[in-house]
Amino acid sequence: MTVLAIAEQSQGGFRKVTYEALSQGRVIADHLGCDLVALVLGAGVKEIASELAKYGADKILVADAPELAEYLIDSYTNVMTDIIGKVCPGVVVMGASTRGKDISARLAARLNAALVMDCVSARFDGQNLIATRPMYGGKIYADVMPEGNLKILALRPNSAPMVQSPKAGAVESVPVNLGKTCVTFIEKTMDAAKTELTEADVIVSGGAGMGSANFGILEELAALLNGAVGASRSAVDQGFRPHSDQVGQTGKVVSPNLYIACGISGAIQHLAGMSSSKVIVAINKDPEAAIFSKADYGVVGDVFELVPAITAEVRKIRG
Amino acid sequence: MEIVVLLKQVPATESNIGIGDDGVSAKTDNVKWIISPYDEFAVEEAIRIKEKQGGSVTILSAGAEKAADAIRTALAMGADKGVLITDPAIQSCDGLGIAKILAGALKSMSYDLIIAGQRAVDDDNYLVGTAVAEFLNIPSISFVVKQEIADKKIRCQRTVEGGTVTVESPLPILFTTQRGLNEPRYASMQGIMKAKKKPIDKKSLKDIGMADAGKPLTKIIRLTFPPQRKAGQIIDGESAQAKAAALVKALHEQAKVI
Ligand SMILES: Cc1cc2nc3c(=O)[nH]c(=O)nc-3n(C[C@H](O)[C@H](O)[C@H](O)COP(=O)(O)OP(=O)(O)OC[C@H]3O[C@@H](n4cnc5c(N)ncnc54)[C@H](O)[C@@H]3O)c2cc1C
Ligand SMILES: Nc1ncnc2c1ncn2[C@@H]1O[C@H](COP(=O)(O)O)[C@@H](O)[C@H]1O
Repeated sequence: MTVLAIAEQSQGGFRKVTYEALSQGRVIADHLGCDLVALVLGAGVKEIASELAKYGADKILVADAPELAEYLIDSYTNVMTDIIGKVCPGVVVMGASTRGKDISARLAARLNAALVMDCVSARFDGQNLIATRPMYGGKIYADVMPEGNLKILALRPNSAPMVQSPKAGAVESVPVNLGKTCVTFIEKTMDAAKTELTEADVIVSGGAGMGSANFGILEELAALLNGAVGASRSAVDQGFRPHSDQVGQTGKVVSPNLYIACGISGAIQHLAGMSSSKVIVAINKDPEAAIFSKADYGVVGDVFELVPAITAEVRKIRG
Repeated sequence: MEIVVLLKQVPATESNIGIGDDGVSAKTDNVKWIISPYDEFAVEEAIRIKEKQGGSVTILSAGAEKAADAIRTALAMGADKGVLITDPAIQSCDGLGIAKILAGALKSMSYDLIIAGQRAVDDDNYLVGTAVAEFLNIPSISFVVKQEIADKKIRCQRTVEGGTVTVESPLPILFTTQRGLNEPRYASMQGIMKAKKKPIDKKSLKDIGMADAGKPLTKIIRLTFPPQRKAGQIIDGESAQAKAAALVKALHEQAKVI
């Protein structure tokens, strides 16, 4: 028995969720008394692979091929299926990133594996692995028991703690069998300067209460806190922000350490995207706004006065 | 172009969801039922493709009898026909089980393109569409915000962390929707009248050649409500500056998040 953790590399490093998956994988492997094997797919990823040993990988498999430079569902599923067939893990852990959601679904169907998608934690009850996942936009949490010989956990980013536990982590190259592929890469457009919402530790979100596309005060505060700017659907519908910034039932589901909702009323569809944030701050001029009942800290007042004042205060404590 | 849309009926997003007496099933009495929002994008996109290229749009759903209402709404938007797989055995299926059933039904249907939602907003599983494609042995592209079909090929722009990626594939293919793809239309009065005459084919598992729904690989053993937040604290102060100072102090010293 082994536990396999799938690493996800991006722009010359690993996504944060990789370390979260490894840390979770380590806990599971320790419980089962087995090895944690990490798997990296990509092109020219061998150099960075040894990084994974820090988070508990006993062994690191690298599938390195020019064709794996860009994530494509066919080639990635084929290569992973091949490697899983050889490693025979009992549990596979990966991040439920865009890529993780895609590939875990395909793998589960191909391998007839029990998949717990977008789970926020996992534990053992005796010999039984149990993972908890939000449903109904976070209105309900389900404890799910995956059964069978192969279990796949796709972990919601920013949910599992990252824990360093250095292991030997010998890096080993494995042969790459691309198999039959249909989907081909055409191009990509990346906004390198932007912090990804689902991975951000701090999110400053603006709603209809911002009144215009001028989100400068939110951007300034977000930048100071090394965070990202999010938005309500209303703000997106009014063209204040792009769709990719939307948080909620039909937007991104985020779990930052700190979520600051500015001029957002707190509709249930918005809460669906951010209620698993660790600390929620609401700033709204309407003391009756629903968001206050979900916030750890509420401030009643005008965003245009409060946000710059908060930024100034943060600057003070940062010296 | 023969297009099939996978559509799930779900509780309206503003519904209160309770926990059933068994502790493992959601209580959805008295909720309003709607088409899952991402499936609505799928219906809209399918109709737009049909309007441009000709062909037909079939709505495929697995669920209870009442799911016919959701199919009917899609027909009123402009889809042509519906297929509803309804069977008591469906109740106990997990995501992969549903995907097997839908793939089973699709085996006797003709399609060039299948469109599904990225997730159904009840189980939030992000699974069924992609798994259906795997069972049918066709490619899949998820989180699509833009598509273009020409020469039996589809080019899709999909969202990824921090940007978009454009990929291409020959048809047939399944893609899943992402917000930004379109703004779904409302059914017109005329559409609603027309939909009454459009066929909805009801089938059992036996009708689609499946003996049973198989054993689920994932089992819900307990449902709970999310951890309650401690009663929030309202930060008071004489001025915006005073409130800001008190908030930042609390975030720094009490919550320790900045
Ligand atoms: C199927 C479906 C899916 C949906 N999906 C989403 C989703 O993914 N995400 C989402 O966010 N919504 C979603 N919605 C929409 C949701 O129901 C709400 O309409 C939306 O969240 C409201 O956005 P808002 O809070 O920015 O705007 P409003 O509700 O208009 O609230 C604006 C708030 O700003 C406050 N305000 C105004 N001016 C100021 C000021 N100067 N200073 C301080 N406060 C001020 C007001 O008091 C008010 O509380 C969905 C709806 C449906 C039906
Ligand atoms: N019972 C169902 N009937 C038809 N389509 C479904 C069903 N369940 C899920 N789907 C499709 O699969 C998508 C993803 O659902 P899920 O994996 O449950 O989050 C949905 O948006 C639908 O397009």
